[in-house]
Amino acid sequence: MLTTEPGGVTTATAPREWSPTRRIHALIFSDPERTVQAVRLLKSRNFIVVDVHTPFPIHGLEEELGLRPTRLGVVTLVAGIVGGLIALWFQIWVHTVDWPIDIGGKDDLALPGLVPVTFEMIVLAAALATVFGLLWRRGLYPRLEGERVALPHSRVTDDRFAVLVDERNARFDPRRFVETCRELEVEEVIEGWKVQ
Amino acid sequence: MAVTEVPWEQRTEAAAEEPLLTGTPTFTSITRDISAPLERRASLAWWVAFLVALSMLGLGFWLVVDTIRTGIGLWGLNRTVGWGFAITNFVFWVGIGHAGTAISAILLLLRQRFRTSIARAAEAMTIFAVMCAGIFPLIHMGRPWLAMWVFPYPNSRGALWLNFRSPLLWDVFAIGTYFTVSLLFWYVGLVPDLATVRDRASGIRKRIYGWLSLGWNGSTRTWQRYEKACLLLAGLATPLVVSVHTVVSFDFATSVIPGWHTTIFPPYFVVGALFSGFAMVMTLLIITRRVLHLEAFITVGHLQAMAKIILATGSLVGVAYGTELFMAWYSGNPYERFTFFNRAFGPYAWAYWLMVFCNVIVPQIFWSARARRSIAVLFTASILVNVGMWFERFNIVATSLARDFLPSSWSHYTPSWVEVGILLGSFGLFFTCYLLFVRFAPVISYHEVKHTLAEQQSGDSEHAHD
Repeated sequence: MLTTEPGGVTTATAPREWSPTRRIHALIFSDPERTVQAVRLLKSRNFIVVDVHTPFPIHGLEEELGLRPTRLGVVTLVAGIVGGLIALWFQIWVHTVDWPIDIGGKDDLALPGLVPVTFEMIVLAAALATVFGLLWRRGLYPRLEGERVALPHSRVTDDRFAVLVDERNARFDPRRFVETCRELEVEEVIEGWKVQ
Repeated sequence: MAVTEVPWEQRTEAAAEEPLLTGTPTFTSITRDISAPLERRASLAWWVAFLVALSMLGLGFWLVVDTIRTGIGLWGLNRTVGWGFAITNFVFWVGIGHAGTAISAILLLLRQRFRTSIARAAEAMTIFAVMCAGIFPLIHMGRPWLAMWVFPYPNSRGALWLNFRSPLLWDVFAIGTYFTVSLLFWYVGLVPDLATVRDRASGIRKRIYGWLSLGWNGSTRTWQRYEKACLLLAGLATPLVVSVHTVVSFDFATSVIPGWHTTIFPPYFVVGALFSGFAMVMTLLIITRRVLHLEAFITVGHLQAMAKIILATGSLVGVAYGTELFMAWYSGNPYERFTFFNRAFGPYAWAYWLMVFCNVIVPQIFWSARARRSIAVLFTASILVNVGMWFERFNIVATSLARDFLPSSWSHYTPSWVEVGILLGSFGLFFTCYLLFVRFAPVISYHEVKHTLAEQQSGDSEHAHD
């Protein structure tokens, strides 16, 4: 979705990753269903909802926000296949090329004996890739002292729900925004919330 | 309780019989109640338990150091019985771990709601149990300073690779992967909850939990990938949990020792592992809910559901014992027949019948709904099951080795006090870790319980509209 901002600069108004330097308003709710309803209403009135911060996952919100399905599953699959193939290749190379040993006269290439290690390496590679893929994609890493966490409300990990509305687009009407907030009986509006 | 027709899709919840959340919880009260044990000073009971566990760990540590300095001649092993306590304990602890993964992964995929409040503690138990398990093969090596030889790395000992067809090496990969994946699964589950603790804390605690919670902010974009990651990990952990004890059983089954060389071993080990694991979860949770005042979250409903699993797996273990005996007789193999006769009526007969009593007879009490609701019965039975399962592994290890083919090489194995001390030490390690866990991490997942509550509320409001 592209709009032209005042000044004629064309920008993506709902980029996949919002930048915290833009002007964001946080609408605070204390009920999950009201939060979803608010997102629907805001969207129907052409406000740009960039994100919703919640203490637990609310199903359906990702569709409301227009998020694409995550491709994490592909990462898992590819990592599993690659991990398994490397493990299998390595074992075959060790037992046939580099260090063949005679075990009870069995073939050097006795594949059933290689199954357990191959299986374990599939699972290990897939699990590591899944977790580190998640952490990397969402920028989750140990925050050192002094690094603030981008929390729109201090209780958003407890019992509050924050709907983030981006005002920097051509269609944003401040008066209509205030009306909508009143209509939604927002518990609290944090205006111009910015990280740091 | 009135008997009503339950729609099929609700039966999984009805299986728990009792409510899984009691009282009238709100999101606020859930955060407050689960945080309470972390935010108040440790009780006297916690300190007493911690010091006892730490002393046991200290004893075990000292005896392990002594074993490494002197050699495993300190143990009661002999040339006939080379596997005694160490391998028994290894199999026992790996088995304990299985319930954690079963609860967190398999029950997640089966959408069993009762897992929500107990999964975290069970996963923690898995990790600590696998840590305990790992110690035993390591010290049993005799030269643990060469332990890195079990990993395939380019080395200066010629092109000396590992034998990838050895079950003992499969163990290294199976246990290593199992530990890593369990740890990842547990930690990923903890991250949003550590953020909750962080946002309630101040000072040094805020800094530590801030570091551990990886900058979690509850964004829907993160939740979307997070939930997918949890589902994928559950999918990976499910075959893994079945594979781990299968591989452990291969240590025995791929040998040619009578009583070990049987095809029933993999399923028999996996079921036994779930059985002992659920019993250990039961023991721990009965204590945890009482000491931390979490009765509203870990309800009798949860314990009942676990009692049913213990009954089912215990009965399967009983069937496996019977099958083993039948196959030994039906095989017509004199060594096989002798081994099982010797288990039941030889010098270790007391251990065999103790095992049968604890594992097959005791769980049958859970056919009674009253027994499933009685905390005293649940607690006693869960401990007896674990005693029984320890002896099952002891029977497998010791009796088969002590008397195999050649009577002139028969022997008897009695553990030395050092081995008993190291077993106690492993319990010390387990409980020390668990007690630290309940003190410093939320024992119940905030976000999963809140999610369940939200689903219940939206379900209620839908019914109200009908």
